[in-house]
Amino acid sequence: MTEESNLEKVLKSGKFAVTAELGPPKNGDAKVVREKAKQLKGAADAVNITDCQTAIVRMSSIAAGVIAMEEGIEPVIQMTCRDRNRIAIQSDLLGAWGLGARNLLCLTGDHQKFGNHPQSKNVFDLDSMQLLDLARNLRDAKKFQCGEEIEGEEPRFFIGAAENPFADPFEYRAPRLAKKLAAGAQFIQTQIVYNMDKFTKWMEAVRQLGLDKKIYILPGVTPLKSAGMARYMQKNVPGLDVPDEYIERLKGADDQQKEGINIAVDIINQVRGIEGVAGVHVMAIEWESAVPTIVERAGLR
Amino acid sequence: MIVGSQKPIEEIIATTCDYKRLLVIGCGACVTVCFAGGERETEALASGLRLAMKHKKIKAEIEVEMNVRQCEWEFIEPLADKVEAADAVLSTACGVGVQFLAERFPEKRILPALNTSFMGGPTEQGVWLENCGGCGNCILASTGGICPIARCAKTMLNGPCGGSQNGKCEVSKDIDCAWQLIYDRLKSQGLLQLMTDYTPPKDWTPARDGGQRKIVREDLKIPND
Repeated sequence: MTEESNLEKVLKSGKFAVTAELGPPKNGDAKVVREKAKQLKGAADAVNITDCQTAIVRMSSIAAGVIAMEEGIEPVIQMTCRDRNRIAIQSDLLGAWGLGARNLLCLTGDHQKFGNHPQSKNVFDLDSMQLLDLARNLRDAKKFQCGEEIEGEEPRFFIGAAENPFADPFEYRAPRLAKKLAAGAQFIQTQIVYNMDKFTKWMEAVRQLGLDKKIYILPGVTPLKSAGMARYMQKNVPGLDVPDEYIERLKGADDQQKEGINIAVDIINQVRGIEGVAGVHVMAIEWESAVPTIVERAGLR
Repeated sequence: MIVGSQKPIEEIIATTCDYKRLLVIGCGACVTVCFAGGERETEALASGLRLAMKHKKIKAEIEVEMNVRQCEWEFIEPLADKVEAADAVLSTACGVGVQFLAERFPEKRILPALNTSFMGGPTEQGVWLENCGGCGNCILASTGGICPIARCAKTMLNGPCGGSQNGKCEVSKDIDCAWQLIYDRLKSQGLLQLMTDYTPPKDWTPARDGGQRKIVREDLKIPND
């Protein structure tokens, strides 16, 4: 096993883990990353650094991860298959390891249609499953994807993946997690959980397959900043199923941000009670400063 | 078949308006079947161009020829005299036909009238869908006869991504999720195990990434002794 990642140590110890997310800026300003890192420091065991999320050009995940490390954050480098073929991916993984990154999240990546360069050509030489297998083989077999031996130091990442329990076909979502586990995933961060019924059902299927004992599951939690944001997500993000109840709570609140944090804490408390949940992944989108309050209020720090 | 559609008329006018004698050549193969470059469409295009030239007060002779298949030398050859007499040729064939003409008549301007889009077929009157990505190493046996290379926006090989919703692709509600279709097909055939099995990274060497591809059949070659 790897054991070089703090996140891995925390999860192995059985402590309820917290990961957060840091979105790099749409410019080259390191100060933005430092500022966000400072807000998140101490609030999470590791912090995902997104890789041009929603296909919008941002500072690279690895570069921003290194800046975050300088601020005392342990990064989880997100790596998507959208923009790189297997040559570029492996090259970046060697570089990320060489620069000190120890956690890797393997993603297929959002389609470029959603971003600011919809005219671009996508790559998708690999899918997330194959990326997991690749990262594991770099570490455990000390081999590149082509089968060639790595001479010298191999990247030994603690490897994660994502899963969306709310996507279709629903019955395939737990078997798909099993497939990710078999391909090398050691931890899973899920799509944002608002639909607790569906998440609970998915977790039941996950437990039936015995997966919760073999992989650390961290449900995604995102504080709603306003009733407007909640309505937008309800309408525009397929499968997210933001319940009307939350929208009403936000609308009726004097301070919507405060209520958004209350809801996030409620959600954390609920998922924490589900057997097989090993931690939470708090994604405060462009609202990193909310994370310390949320984890403190949820009693996680 | 190869499916294409006619370019916007303004674009065709812009590329052809400098030529006094224009030969428009239609194709009797795929593009006839998909109503893009058959006799009817080619005649209609020529009429449209004649009108446009008249409107622009450009004197141009626009003639139409039909061709059985522009992607075979033997069907191109009979057109040699007509092509030689023209200043430029507008082809309503697919990109293959355009290139065959251009190769046979290298000194001549050969212009495309179509945008060649994909290999697919009609699903209803007036609707065509892409089916094959021509990857050179067919995987349909393990995907229930539904191709994720051509039909999944991310060419996923190990099941659907997280963007599959109500049978549709996250890219557009007009696009079916190929993996939902594969899942349903394999389930009905009792073959869901195929979606549990891991599919390793694809070898793209038989695909287009190695430059122009070639198939050689020694058994069919004519010895040139």
